[in-house]
Amino acid sequence: MGAVVGTLTMQTKQRRPSRDKADDDLEMTMVCHRPEGLDQLEAQTNFSKRELQVLYRGFKNECPSGVVNEDTFKQIYSQFFPHGDASTYAHYLFNAFDTGHTGSIKFEDFVTALSILLRGSVTEKLQWTFNLYDINRDGYINKEEMTDIVRAIYDMMGKYTYPALKNDAPKQHVDAFFQKMDKNRDGVVTLDEFILSCQEDENIMRSLQLFENVI
Amino acid sequence: MAAGVATWLPFARAAAVGWLPLAKKTMPKPPVDNSSRSDEILYLNVSGVRFQTWKNTLDRYPDTLLGSSEKEFFFNEDTEEYFFDRDHEMFRHILNFYRTGKLHYPRHECIQAFDEELAFYGIVPEIIGDCCMEEYRDRKKENQERLAEDTEANESMDAPLPPDSTPRERLWRAFENPHTSTMALVFYYVTGFFIAVSVIANVVETVPCRPPEGRVKDLPCGEKYQLAFFCMDTACVLIFTFEYLMRLFAAPSRCKFMRSVMSVIDVVAIMPYYIGLVMPENEDVSGAFVTLRVFRVFRIFKFSRHSQGLRILGYTLKSCASELGFLLFSLTMAIIIFATVMFYAEKGTKGSTFTSIPASFWYTIVTMTTLGYGDMVPNTIAGKIFGSICSLSGVLVIALPVPVIVSNFSRIYHQNQRADKRRAQQKVRLARIRMAKKGTTNAFLQYKEDRGLRGRDSDSTALCVKNRSAFEHQHHHLLHCLEKTTNHEFTDEMTYSELCMTESVGFRTSRSTSLSSQQGAQNNPTGCCPRRARRRAAMRLANSTASVSRGSVQELDTLHIKTTSIPPQTRSSLNAQADNLKLNCGEQDFTAAIISIPTPPANTPDESLPPSPAPIPGILRNTRATAFTHETVKISSL
Repeated sequence: MGAVVGTLTMQTKQRRPSRDKADDDLEMTMVCHRPEGLDQLEAQTNFSKRELQVLYRGFKNECPSGVVNEDTFKQIYSQFFPHGDASTYAHYLFNAFDTGHTGSIKFEDFVTALSILLRGSVTEKLQWTFNLYDINRDGYINKEEMTDIVRAIYDMMGKYTYPALKNDAPKQHVDAFFQKMDKNRDGVVTLDEFILSCQEDENIMRSLQLFENVI
Repeated sequence: MAAGVATWLPFARAAAVGWLPLAKKTMPKPPVDNSSRSDEILYLNVSGVRFQTWKNTLDRYPDTLLGSSEKEFFFNEDTEEYFFDRDHEMFRHILNFYRTGKLHYPRHECIQAFDEELAFYGIVPEIIGDCCMEEYRDRKKENQERLAEDTEANESMDAPLPPDSTPRERLWRAFENPHTSTMALVFYYVTGFFIAVSVIANVVETVPCRPPEGRVKDLPCGEKYQLAFFCMDTACVLIFTFEYLMRLFAAPSRCKFMRSVMSVIDVVAIMPYYIGLVMPENEDVSGAFVTLRVFRVFRIFKFSRHSQGLRILGYTLKSCASELGFLLFSLTMAIIIFATVMFYAEKGTKGSTFTSIPASFWYTIVTMTTLGYGDMVPNTIAGKIFGSICSLSGVLVIALPVPVIVSNFSRIYHQNQRADKRRAQQKVRLARIRMAKKGTTNAFLQYKEDRGLRGRDSDSTALCVKNRSAFEHQHHHLLHCLEKTTNHEFTDEMTYSELCMTESVGFRTSRSTSLSSQQGAQNNPTGCCPRRARRRAAMRLANSTASVSRGSVQELDTLHIKTTSIPPQTRSSLNAQADNLKLNCGEQDFTAAIISIPTPPANTPDESLPPSPAPIPGILRNTRATAFTHETVKISSL
């Protein structure tokens, strides 16, 4: 009788390992990415070694796996804009940073973009901005893309603003933008039109220098 | 996480370049920033504790942080060591891994903290040695279960309903969560009462009552007071039918509802009555009808909606299905074996009750469960021997799976209790946070004032400006840039609702009329908390400058807690703020991200009238109430 019971208990134990395998699969999905060497990055970007060190330490602390995926990115960016909803704009930013369209930002992408934005030439900065606005990367900014971007920026302001946000504020903003930028009135803004128009505007040129000492 | 938030700020500011072509106004100036090989022994400084190790030791595992060139990012040239700002106690275990090749899990550490450290150093948890692997796995599973419970509890219907829910959704919620509205609670208790009445009626109607005139035999009460019992039964069935139909109507997914256990129980509880109504009073069929009445007892299962313990019991039985199955299977085997043996042992004797093997089943069951009715007794010696073996083994077989079931029940019961406790704690916690939230808006608006004041009186403002950290400066500058890009300004809820009102009524430009607008704000139906309006009135009286402090109750993505120390002349209506001070001291369960330096009481700037910047005059500007010291504890949601 005891032997019978014993054999029965042994059978139930063998059922366990199959359940554990599912857990194993879950745990193995940790992605780890390591950036290229410090020297290489220093050569590729306009940052010094020390600055890269500082940047990497923060990056690594926040994302130990070495990559930022879109959700984490949105979370990080939303922390700076608690009033409104920064997720849409963060989405567009993410796509602008993720130049390889891999769905995640590695440290190299991060640092390359920062290098352009903070230490790059005027043309490079304007080009980066153009890429940001050009959501579908077809080389033209049309009104819909611009409206999406502007709406995303207005979303970051939140509800409680002065003066109160009207519904067509983004549209008006976009119309003003196109008035200025679209030289040949063909309804789209190309890279050259964009760079030209920005270079003509003193305000923009001056404010481009603003963010150079960020690090 | 503090470093993380601060370190991402440069990136956020750099990304602001994307706003520049769109900006309607010029960007404000940024704040001034003053502020950067043979076998050798490597020095690793982890939060001040220096570790030393051979370079080769670390090179053993080249796919980890310490083993690869990634550690160069952490090299400090001045002190010629690798500096890691991490926990040094856990680093011991990490370093030991390199030395011995085995990773151990320290049992007193939190499993999540350990996982994070492993992730940081690039070590896969699978490498944990066999000695510690089981403990690690168990704690991880427990943690995951707890997190899953948390998310389930959050998704549960304790959250307030969205305001635009249909009556159907509201009805469903009232059914599922009776304590959300008084009507639902009333209905809940009424149904409970009727279930009890119905069950008691079922029981009582079989009790023998004194027979009426002209009869000798005792009658069951059901036949004596047939009409009364029928009426009671009808009433109960009507209530149950009504309830079932309402639930069916309100259910978000009717098919799923109809397949659920409770729905089946409801149907089984009310069907016998209707079938009895429909069926004719026929002698042949009434036998079946009587059987149907047995199903009325299932009404008692309807109580499981009212009792959580019953639900837990049911859930336990469901989750112990395998153990129960094993119990049943082993019992069956034992019964068959012993019945066969007893039958053949007692076959010869005359007048033996063991007429067949199935007949012996009854003896075996009664003996194995130690009941021993004594209606079947073995007479032969062999029968007695086997009978005693049977009763001894019965105790064992039944005693084996029972502890498993008991421990399952205990685990589920405690889980349930924990979930309830956590839900209650969560409510308190969120309430505290919401009460204490005077978030970034205040600081940001203060910053904007200071910038406006900077032109006028640089000396007095320099003091309070300096004490705000560089991070705050840069963050405020970033928000200011966003304002300029969109040509709108940040305000808070109070002012926004005021503006909506004043826009409809007309601008008030004088300060005296602004007082009346404050009173008007008190009656504002758009949900200005009366407490806040009272506080504002109190503040007015406290400060003769007729200034008003804005409270912001915007929901923030990040959690902000501010502790304010309040001057003694506060009214009792400011108790809410006083509570914050007490509550927020020593809060341990938040991961504090940034603790900024307390700003001194901004006395001088408040006395002077703040200039209204570019926008339209006549809008109330925020002048902070005096003698507020702020300690901002910002918490990152990461």
